[in-house]
Amino acid sequence: MKRLLNTAGGRRRAPGEPRAIGYLYILPALLLYAAFLLYPFGQAVWLSFVHWDGLTVATSAGFDNYRDLFTDPALRAPFAHALLLLVFYSALPVAIGLLLAAALSRARVRGMTFFRTVLFLPQVLALVVVGVAWRSILAPDGLLNDVLRAVGLGSLARPWLGDYDWALPAVGVVGTWVGTGLCMVLFLAGAQRIPRELYEAARMDGAGPVREFFSVTLPGLRPQIAVALTLTIVAGLRNFDLIYITTSGGPGNTTSVPAYEVYHRAFETNQVGSAAAVGVALTVLIFVLTVTVSRLVEGRRS
Amino acid sequence: MGRPRTGSRGIRRRAVPALLAAGLALLATACVPGTDGSMAYGPGGGPATAVPDPAKAGKVTLTVWDQEIRGGTNGELEQLNKEFHRKYPNVTIKRVARSFNDLKTTLKLAVSGNNPPDVIQANQGYPDMVSFVRAGLLAPLDDYAGIYAWNTRYPNTLLNLNRVSADGTDFGTGRLYGISQTGEYIGLYYNKDVLAKAGVQPPRTWGEFTESLARLKDRGQQPIQFGNLDKYPAIHTFGVLQDQLAGAEARDTVLGRGPGFDTAATKDAAATLADWTKRGYLPKGANGLGYDDAAKKFSSGDGGYLLTGTWQLADLKKAMGDKLGMMTPPPASAGAAPVTTGGQGLAWSITSRSKHPEVAAAYLDFITDEHAADVMTAHGVLPAVPGAAAERVKPDTVDGQMIAGWKRLSAADGLVPYLDYSTPTFFDTITAGLQGVISGKTSPEAFAATLQKDYGAFMRKQRERHAAATPSPAEPR
Repeated sequence: MKRLLNTAGGRRRAPGEPRAIGYLYILPALLLYAAFLLYPFGQAVWLSFVHWDGLTVATSAGFDNYRDLFTDPALRAPFAHALLLLVFYSALPVAIGLLLAAALSRARVRGMTFFRTVLFLPQVLALVVVGVAWRSILAPDGLLNDVLRAVGLGSLARPWLGDYDWALPAVGVVGTWVGTGLCMVLFLAGAQRIPRELYEAARMDGAGPVREFFSVTLPGLRPQIAVALTLTIVAGLRNFDLIYITTSGGPGNTTSVPAYEVYHRAFETNQVGSAAAVGVALTVLIFVLTVTVSRLVEGRRS
Repeated sequence: MGRPRTGSRGIRRRAVPALLAAGLALLATACVPGTDGSMAYGPGGGPATAVPDPAKAGKVTLTVWDQEIRGGTNGELEQLNKEFHRKYPNVTIKRVARSFNDLKTTLKLAVSGNNPPDVIQANQGYPDMVSFVRAGLLAPLDDYAGIYAWNTRYPNTLLNLNRVSADGTDFGTGRLYGISQTGEYIGLYYNKDVLAKAGVQPPRTWGEFTESLARLKDRGQQPIQFGNLDKYPAIHTFGVLQDQLAGAEARDTVLGRGPGFDTAATKDAAATLADWTKRGYLPKGANGLGYDDAAKKFSSGDGGYLLTGTWQLADLKKAMGDKLGMMTPPPASAGAAPVTTGGQGLAWSITSRSKHPEVAAAYLDFITDEHAADVMTAHGVLPAVPGAAAERVKPDTVDGQMIAGWKRLSAADGLVPYLDYSTPTFFDTITAGLQGVISGKTSPEAFAATLQKDYGAFMRKQRERHAAATPSPAEPR
């Protein structure tokens, strides 16, 4: 054993062990990543510790900007809204995507490609386009209210985006619409990789469709669910364009979200330090949630 | 054998955060961002004394950043730029035109950068113009105002809105940091057909106006078209209501010397706004309707009135033709002096580090003088100081009505600045508050209290700044 290693050049490296030269290979990418991501992020962290209007000399703020995140209701609310929106941006798309995938993979549907394309379409559209389209659908005389009135539910019609109680769910539904297609396509691809034998065995054991779903499909889709959750959580938390286009955080401040608050404070009210603190907090939140998801759902890789 | 390896990897792993921390520490010790305002006078040198002659300035490229991208103003500015170049062939104008929002988000970086534009359009108020002045990024124009007689060209009300105190604290007083090309005010547009069908004459007094609202409602028409999804339109509607009750008071408050917002006028105006919504004078669900959508509805015949700015005139006229009428919000008694929210277009300013401040000043004069006013009128734009061409516009056309209204407002000193100038955060405060009032969530009293809280806090901060700027003699140093 020892002799063998020695003849291999006297290096104490097991086969497959990464070599130091590997770092050279990732260097170009790392440099780009550092220049355009790590360095700006470092700057953001640094700015979050100052009071700065973007023009005159900044003054040290210590942890003021971060303390405000917890004490200022105007800053706490956006985070609460963002977490609530995750139900619409993440939980619902994953749930609906699972249902659709389970149904579509069981039954052979005619024109499957067509349905898949239609459901996936929102992912292809720029979110600005999505926002403009939904703004007109949700308008007081928009498509949604027209349909409600046509079927005799006129009493439910309301100015969705201008309603204090309904604006946030209304914006959330747009997120559900965008995210569902992505989840479904991911799950369909995943379901195809579940061995048929498992389904056959389940059926032999007398499992119905529901039992089959929970015992075979759901566990088999674990990695895809982790990916879908991660993608939708990130998309939901950094959601800016939809809010900017549809409500600008209104009515009142009922739909303000952290990403919008970053823009608003940095560019509109000259509170660069506070904006940076919100941005850093948002980054941390996204990081924590995605790590939690991959640990919980995907399971720790050995 | 395996041990040392894991050990070394362990060290390397710990080294990464350490390196990151070291990098951050390096960043933190680097210089603090921002400028200290010490460059108020640029390389252009000291104060000007004689009328500058751009022809003698040699080969000059003047970089101009503006937001005049809409039809009329874009056309008028392009024509004026061309004429300026023809007059002074040695001066090339490099124009960078962006939408208002795009300009607002990029201007700060451009002006504070190493190679700022020579001429910029700065938005009046604390967040933009006052901030720029405090950072020493804009050149004071008082000398040029004397040389070019801008002081007499413009009414004081308008000039004051482009003034900032020398220490960069107060808005509406002090040195002149810009001049504006265009005028604008919130007017009452009306659809002649809709009014006639309901048997309503264009109102001459505020009383006639409010009576006609009830009548239009009875006849099944939408009295006032209004959309507030974009948040800011309600500032204009509320402003007009408040101006009817206490215009001068509101103007003083915006400029930091009035009674504030916890006043009867504020509460009554908010109560009227809520009342109009409840009665259906304003459309139900206005908070969910976009500003442009409301204008579109009005121009397609849905709505008797529309309360909005003169900037909408060109688009409305295109869609409605002769059906469109326009006036200042009617005064309390027929023929009395009108009062409304309004002001002027964004200020044209010279950056303090411009290499050619004299050429820039000549350019500013050129795009705002009497000839420029006529070019603006030809393009359907309301000049801040109407010229000869404005006289020739037929008074019974909607353009003629707009110009006549502007002249009466200027003569009567009837312009009240936009309320969101009041404090750096007032736009957020008042727009959120007004959406609450319109939805019935916020009572007029609570609304007034919210405004006053923001205003009072800012006034206290201003007083502290003043106190810090002029140390009392008793203090050491």
